[in-house]
Amino acid sequence: MKIVVCVKQVPDTKGGVKFNPDGTLNRAAMLTIMNPDDKAGLEAALRLKDQYGAEVTVLTMGLPKADEVLREAMAMGADKGILVTDRVLGGADTWATSTTIAGAIRNLDYDLIITGRQAIDGDTAQVGPQIAEHLGLPVISYAQNIKVEGDSVIVERQYEDRYHEVKAKMPCLITALSELNEPRYMTPGGIFDAYDKEVTVWGRPDLKDVDDANLGLKGSPTKIAKASDKVPKGAGEMLEGDSAEALVANLVGKFKEKHII
Amino acid sequence: MDFSLDKKHEMARTLFKEFAENEVKPLAQEVDETEVFPQGTVDKMAKYGFMGIPVPKEYGGQGCDPLTYAMCVEELSKVCATTGVIVSAHTSLCIDPILTYGTEEQKQKYVVPLAKGEKLGAFGLTEPGAGTDAQGCQTKAVLDGDEWVLNGSKCFITNGKVADVYIVIAITSITEDKRGRKKKNFSAFIVEKGAPGFSFGTKEKKMGIRGSSTYELIFEDCRIPKENLLGPEGKGFPIAMHTLDGGRIGIASQALGIAEGALERAIEYTKERKQFGRAIAQQQNTQFKLADMAARIEAAQLLVYKAAMAKATQKVYSVEAAKAKLFAAETAMAVTTEVVQLFGGYGYIREYDVERMMRDAKITEIYEGTSEVQRMVISGALLK
Amino acid sequence: MGLEEYKGVYVFAQQVDNVLDGVAFELLGKGKDLAKDLNTDVTAVLIGSGVKGLADQLAEYGADKVIVVDDPELKDYRTEPYAHALASVINEYKPEIMLVGATAIGRDLGPTVSARVATGLTADCTKLEIGDFPITAVAGQEQKHNQLLMTRPAFGGNTIATIACPDNRPQMATVRPGVMQKIAPVKGAKAEIIEFNPGFTPNNRYVEILNVVKAVKNTANIMDAKILVSGGRGVGSKENFKLLEDLAEVLGGTVSCSRAVVENGWLPVDLQVGQTGKTVRPQIYFAIGISGAIQHVAGMEDSDLIVAINKDEGAPIFDVADYGLVGDLNKIVPALTKALKEEMAEK
Repeated sequence: MKIVVCVKQVPDTKGGVKFNPDGTLNRAAMLTIMNPDDKAGLEAALRLKDQYGAEVTVLTMGLPKADEVLREAMAMGADKGILVTDRVLGGADTWATSTTIAGAIRNLDYDLIITGRQAIDGDTAQVGPQIAEHLGLPVISYAQNIKVEGDSVIVERQYEDRYHEVKAKMPCLITALSELNEPRYMTPGGIFDAYDKEVTVWGRPDLKDVDDANLGLKGSPTKIAKASDKVPKGAGEMLEGDSAEALVANLVGKFKEKHII
Repeated sequence: MDFSLDKKHEMARTLFKEFAENEVKPLAQEVDETEVFPQGTVDKMAKYGFMGIPVPKEYGGQGCDPLTYAMCVEELSKVCATTGVIVSAHTSLCIDPILTYGTEEQKQKYVVPLAKGEKLGAFGLTEPGAGTDAQGCQTKAVLDGDEWVLNGSKCFITNGKVADVYIVIAITSITEDKRGRKKKNFSAFIVEKGAPGFSFGTKEKKMGIRGSSTYELIFEDCRIPKENLLGPEGKGFPIAMHTLDGGRIGIASQALGIAEGALERAIEYTKERKQFGRAIAQQQNTQFKLADMAARIEAAQLLVYKAAMAKATQKVYSVEAAKAKLFAAETAMAVTTEVVQLFGGYGYIREYDVERMMRDAKITEIYEGTSEVQRMVISGALLK
Repeated sequence: MGLEEYKGVYVFAQQVDNVLDGVAFELLGKGKDLAKDLNTDVTAVLIGSGVKGLADQLAEYGADKVIVVDDPELKDYRTEPYAHALASVINEYKPEIMLVGATAIGRDLGPTVSARVATGLTADCTKLEIGDFPITAVAGQEQKHNQLLMTRPAFGGNTIATIACPDNRPQMATVRPGVMQKIAPVKGAKAEIIEFNPGFTPNNRYVEILNVVKAVKNTANIMDAKILVSGGRGVGSKENFKLLEDLAEVLGGTVSCSRAVVENGWLPVDLQVGQTGKTVRPQIYFAIGISGAIQHVAGMEDSDLIVAINKDEGAPIFDVADYGLVGDLNKIVPALTKALKEEMAEK
């Protein structure tokens, strides 16, 4: 079995968030980690590898620095890493990103593609299903459990109040939830090996069957109109009210203003 | 000269830090309080290869270098010095001498399971009457047919009773030199738990590293196979000394970690703790103390990493190891004492970890060669 | 094809087990505002099996038209037949705006459909308005009017961005449930019903549902909780934590506590927040009867929003709170639970 896992290097949101003057993110200025949902997806792939035997290829799109996240994945047990990086791919929204990744995956042999449900920077949950759409694959998102049975996968697909046990024929794409598993650690030897291996680096010319008009900032249908750091927390406010009910009414009003309820 | 770590080592540090934060830190207080050996943690470390970091892959290890191993002990000790010393004693004092002096058969039989963490290792040199003066050892080994027969005892043995494999130093002959002075000739042996005549005394109750399993080893006509002699007969003393050189890098890393852990706590705490209407971190007394501690810790780190690199590249690294251990241990003691002071009353109660760090720090000035022994080694090299 | 051919505000009317989801009504409420600004009308797209009967309800909540795609293949949600249904509606009727709830269904359907019809999609919006793009005119760039400006939080709520989709249609957004206001239903209101079936031929992308398991997950891990209702010594007794549990239940939150509570044996240690407990950063943290010792504050000060309720107005917890309520928690907490319950019922 051949599994492709898409991972993203994301800013650790515990640190600050920084922007370029044009409204796009200044990723270079932030501390980075492997996106948690993606890590769960990788762990799921590695478990399938342990259980059934599989070749696990991790693929990421990003700045050259995103090489680190591939090394981390290989140190956990992935077999190969592919970095898709090119200036012309910068500033991509989810449409352009999924177009790019699909273009890279068209070069590969695969039975299963696993992505995280969403990344903690954008929280969009769009790229996984969109890759499936570009590749014409069945998609099962929000996976909380994955099994392989013959040439099919059986997945528990989570909803708010239920889950569906869903069967799909491979090849297909699954988006993984963090709840799926507890990802393993790297091993020290795995880290040394990962840095001794080569990571494949692909640029724009290596993408298969994609149109320039669909790539990068220019190929992104959505445009940032305004981006700003969230207003920093000001001093607190003591709410007025001479009865419990009045205080509560005041608080509920604040919640409404903030769209909390 | 480049003082920055390469990407491999940076990533290894990230790994050790994550593991320590998630798996070790939550248990540190309990391990100290209950004095129970953290077997669950050791099992997890085995799973991720932490029990054989500097061991070549062909012997079941991770194929990394002594620096990576030192960083592992450092990061573990930042949150739990007990866990740090378990790895240190196992790796430096048990695996390392077999890897260095053992036959191919011994390496296959012992190093492979030790490096995989399937077995745990320990080392026995110290005796009730022979600490710093290691020549004072009394434990004897006599060859009887195909077996060595050991008699005597070893005390304060880290990983005692929980370990499966022990390196034991014993007298195998006494010779007289030309002037008629008697000289003890020591040899090193590999003794497995369960060997007939091998038992354990009582468990030591300690000031610090309380989860570490410290026992007396007792040999009463203990019989081990002839082939468990480690290295040439009569070379036990240099083997022990060389082993301790490596061990000191491990303990220096442990001390470094304790100091770093205490400083981290102090930085968090002094930013939050308010006295006289402002955070104590805003007071110059605190700031200067933090600065002094940080400078001293970095100096210790450079010495520790230099010693670890020396072990990778040099045949002899006794002086580097001695300097690293001396300075790191004294740094750990000084820093933890200072941090307890900065915490005030909270520093003295058990809930706040730093008093534990202070108790843990003390042993680093004592075991695997006291600070006085390190000074002897360093000055000996200066004056030779 | 020109963008001007795309007209009208469309809303995906999510239903599960033939019961409309509240978010459908919220989207209709918002859709009406947007339609007014654009001088157009609001269409609900109702997809399912045997769902036609729900159309009137959508009319009562503001739908001018309801397009019903009704087919046995659409019984339970599956990405492919639903995406085919919605994409076919878009291709056929060409809406200017397409809104979908950011639910576990919408966040799967939205991206699939947007990729299929080759347009942009903005996820998890909390604010939608009609305006210009660029917001302020830029020399050398055409400023387009009547654009959908979609505002959403990102980076775990650290930032807010406003997104436009100026060159593609429809302008698609998923909208966070619970944010938009639904209108008071107009009893007896009727909408124009349009039945549409693009045909459903199962292919490799139709997955098979083996089992539907209804279950509510309970997350006892306070570090994952979005809303924490935390109590301190001031709560007074183990029994009195019932007040906090009731509040937590209304909000779908979890109860946590300070060290004093654990020491008194009122709650177990895994619910303790603070320096010697867990560090939490929920979206809302209620500190109830918690004085706010630094050891506690260290574990919760990064919460997005902190509400403190304490009888002592000098309590240090008010220094870190966004909203402070001084008074008797035994009165305030039940009153708050009641008020929130009423708010939720209106939705």
